Amino acid sequence: MSNAYRTKNSTGLINKNKKINFSFNGHTYHGYEGDTLASALISNGIHLIGRSFKYHRPRGFLGVGVEEPNAMVQLHEGNKSEPNIIATEVELVEGLKAKSQNCWPSVQFDIGEVNNLLNRFFPAGFYYKTFMWPKSFWMKIYEPFIRKAAGMGVAPLQPDPDRYEHNYEHCDVLVVGSGPSGLASALAAAKNGARVILAEDKANFGGSLLTDEVTIGNMSGKEWANDTVAQLKSLPNVILKKRSQVFGYYDHNMTVMIERVSDHQENPSKYTPRQRLYYIRAGEVIVSTGSIERPISFGNNDRPGILLASAAKEYMTVYETLVGKKPIIFTNNDTAYSTALEFLKNDITPVILDTRNNSNGELVKEVKQKGVNIRFNSGIADTKGHLKIKSAVIGELDKDKENFTNLENIDCDCICMSGGWTPTVHLSSQAGNKLKFNEEIDAFVPDKKRQRESAVGAANGSFTLNQSLAEGFQVGFDLSNKFTDNNIETNTPNSKEPKYEKHERLWCMPLPQGKKPKRFIDFQNDVAVSDVELAIREGFRSIEHVKRYTTLGMAGDQGKTSNLNGLQYVSNIEKKIVPEVGHTTFRPPYTPVTIGAIVGREVGSHYLPTRKSPIHNWHEENNAVFVAAGLWQRPRYYPKESENMNDAVNREAANVRTNVGICDVTTLGKIDIKGPDAPEFLNRVYTNAWLKLPVGKARYGVMLREDGMVFDDGTTSRLSENHFHMTTTTAQAANVLSHLEYYLQVVWPELDVNVLSTTEQWSGIAVAGPKSRELLSKLFPNIDLSNEGLPFMGLVDTNIDGIFARIYRISFSGELAYEVNVESNFGLHMWKKIMDVGKSFNIEPYGTEALSTLRIEMGHVAGAELDGRAVPFDVGLNGMVSKKKDFIGKRSLSKEAFTSEDRQTIVGLVPLDKRTKIPEGSHIVENDKVASPVPKLGHVSSSCWSVEYNNPFSIAIIKDGKNKIGKNLFAVSPLKDISIPVEVVSSHYVDPDGERVRS
Amino acid sequence: MLEIKCPYCGKRSQNEFSYGGDATVKRPTLGEEISTEDWDNFVYFRDNPRGKHTELWHHVSGCRQWFKASRDTATHEIFDTCKMNEAFNE
Ligand SMILES: [Zn+2]
Repeated sequence: MSNAYRTKNSTGLINKNKKINFSFNGHTYHGYEGDTLASALISNGIHLIGRSFKYHRPRGFLGVGVEEPNAMVQLHEGNKSEPNIIATEVELVEGLKAKSQNCWPSVQFDIGEVNNLLNRFFPAGFYYKTFMWPKSFWMKIYEPFIRKAAGMGVAPLQPDPDRYEHNYEHCDVLVVGSGPSGLASALAAAKNGARVILAEDKANFGGSLLTDEVTIGNMSGKEWANDTVAQLKSLPNVILKKRSQVFGYYDHNMTVMIERVSDHQENPSKYTPRQRLYYIRAGEVIVSTGSIERPISFGNNDRPGILLASAAKEYMTVYETLVGKKPIIFTNNDTAYSTALEFLKNDITPVILDTRNNSNGELVKEVKQKGVNIRFNSGIADTKGHLKIKSAVIGELDKDKENFTNLENIDCDCICMSGGWTPTVHLSSQAGNKLKFNEEIDAFVPDKKRQRESAVGAANGSFTLNQSLAEGFQVGFDLSNKFTDNNIETNTPNSKEPKYEKHERLWCMPLPQGKKPKRFIDFQNDVAVSDVELAIREGFRSIEHVKRYTTLGMAGDQGKTSNLNGLQYVSNIEKKIVPEVGHTTFRPPYTPVTIGAIVGREVGSHYLPTRKSPIHNWHEENNAVFVAAGLWQRPRYYPKESENMNDAVNREAANVRTNVGICDVTTLGKIDIKGPDAPEFLNRVYTNAWLKLPVGKARYGVMLREDGMVFDDGTTSRLSENHFHMTTTTAQAANVLSHLEYYLQVVWPELDVNVLSTTEQWSGIAVAGPKSRELLSKLFPNIDLSNEGLPFMGLVDTNIDGIFARIYRISFSGELAYEVNVESNFGLHMWKKIMDVGKSFNIEPYGTEALSTLRIEMGHVAGAELDGRAVPFDVGLNGMVSKKKDFIGKRSLSKEAFTSEDRQTIVGLVPLDKRTKIPEGSHIVENDKVASPVPKLGHVSSSCWSVEYNNPFSIAIIKDGKNKIGKNLFAVSPLKDISIPVEVVSSHYVDPDGERVRS
Repeated sequence: MLEIKCPYCGKRSQNEFSYGGDATVKRPTLGEEISTEDWDNFVYFRDNPRGKHTELWHHVSGCRQWFKASRDTATHEIFDTCKMNEAFNE
């Protein structure tokens, strides 16, 4: 029984010497090297592979490649498990485990099939209509139900263990698809000297040449394909990529390709990625993606064993697999006769039904000569067989082909159908090409290109081999001439192929009298002819609306086999020609892409670059708990023994208030500003005056955006007449630099100023607390650090151990404080030095949490207050705003809205019980007992435990804050379901007059 | 992803750049009286044309120069780019 469905001759690409074991739904089978999961299953006689999306109908294979809408499986197990994988695209590999999805408890007996029996309750638009009312049912009842019913596969919950890579490639000409026109294009372009990439989705190059009986030059199609690939391989300017799908065509000829690198390997090396994503910016793209066969709609045309004629042929010719032994071939054109001939080679005589009245095509004649009876003017009305096709109800069509006459039931084990061919125009469409309708082939083909993209061969609607080769060679040569001066043209070889007669415009069979079996158009989304009829009956006219209402073409296969049949049916009902109905636009990706491949190596700690201060290792060794500040890793606090975060933060902050603390402030943005116009520039950038800042002094500055909102703040010092050192907040460092560059380059290019980021050149160490002066005096005995020698906002340059150091007397903590800056390389050395000397002063490091506590207590604003919605007035910075000079954003400050007295402004909050910490983000309300919506006065921006007063303290931004001081309000947090009575106080909770920093 | 020609560095992928908006907007002269309406027009209001648009780009992960680009907002075609003190070729 095993592998009972193999062809007589071994002329395909299967290696029968290498047996491969795999399992499907728990049963073990074998196939051979070269098989896909699909061909291996079919060779074992298995067609039932899954259940359909909506009705849970038994489904088998329709296609043989990317077009497959039904055969989706769950692959592998555990953390490698992957849902919704198309079995026709999976190469067989030893030990492969696959199982059906969207069925329970098993694919043979699926509870969800009741949906099929109830299908009259599941018409198009079912979800829209049924689940509309009542609204409150959505979240609790309807949505969970739909999610459960609409099973599909199951995503694993563990992290993906596989490795994915990203790669950038460049070429003059990218050729997508290696059928006759693709090979021809690649050869012509490559021989002319252009850099070429040829991408083929399948495991073998050659496309239709692997299955069609044609002659090129004096070779068979297959031989010519192999020969051409060998030639291309020998050229240094060609990259050949198989198992590689170009799935996206983006702007400026950026294409994205996915390569299945090791999916097919039994034991890939640890360092081989599973898949590789290529970004290819191509000079020109040649779209030689071929065409996909169209199914025909007839009653119950979705049973396992009913598939495309071309798929049946490829299973035989490439995979040496018989899709059945009692076939019916059902067609409206000549190409399906090549499938009939393949069956005949295996001594199997198919029943042939042709909707046309006759055909004198060469293949038809050949089949006739072999004595096969062809039933012209015939079609299939219905089929039977629950889990697998058993028989077909066939009959003759009447004159208008609108009714059947003389229906009879004949046995079969497969039906190979062909409704003609659809050019694969997805990539051209993605590239912005407006498609046009070609009436000769009844399909859309690329028209006016918007990007550097050219379709050739079947993708361009050129269905004959002659045309395909001619186009390929011509376009490949023409396009390569844009990149080389060689002018070497390759001649198009002669080719021989059967002559075909025209197809018939008939893709939907009439219903058998008195019955209404479902005639499917879109197999993956379970859209039948009746759904399209309903949509139109209900008034949907635009094809985009019909598509969304019925979900036709909206499944993962993007309607590869259903779009055109859907359009054709709409056009039939509407009595419009197809181009008037229009078509929907294709979007990337052409085939589903694993998220892992899109993410690539940017996972875990590689998701973003990590910035570390030169003192980082010391922090690590001293038990720091880190926090991300943008890309920087900063110490948050340094817990000792059993301390929790609150204990540690309070200890660190209190030590700054009583002794001395040390904090790594290397992450602050630093910008070097030089040039004769530097003072003038700063004067325009900051709200306060800068022209008269003496050399050797620092000044606090606030900068606005043009809309008046505070953008950033920091201390900038004048190092010499025309040389300044600016500091920014850690968060805004990059934005401030861009902002300065913008004004210097775009707005005021006449200013002679240069700006340069020096953030990473300097390491900054804050030394804060009442004992900081004593400590630094001991460390720098040669400098006068007295209040007179180095007053608040002064700076001094010095040397220590041969290292240049600059000491600023600036403070963020509100305490007497200094900031020692040394060249980054010496940051760690300086830090250790201060720690050593500081021991006798009880120095302790403090992290960002203590830093916050200290600044919140002092009422210093930071990012939480400067959130892009505050003008200086709101956050107590009005004193920083010069009345005399103009600066960026000044005009906005006089706008009515920004001067209104009852704007939300900064205040402090203390809970009445002096115990309950107020959550940041809490709303401030006057009365917490009134019905919602409660009028909101403002919000809590920052909270801390005041180490000075030993109770919680918060900063809030509330309406008319100044006049609320002394009042009792409520801080409510609906998220935490709490309401805290608070007293409004000044935001300057500790040392409101700023005496300490000046002491 | 667009391919943008920095007038200083040459063609680079879009992820090296940041967008800077309409390049034809002129900032009002510093210190000059200006009506609220004119100021609001400068700060808030921009045309949103379909088609050709003269705009600023900043080569942030490159030479850090701001420059001008002429781009079709519908098709993303970039007709030309030039330095701030230059004019487009066409
Ligand atoms: Zn540049």
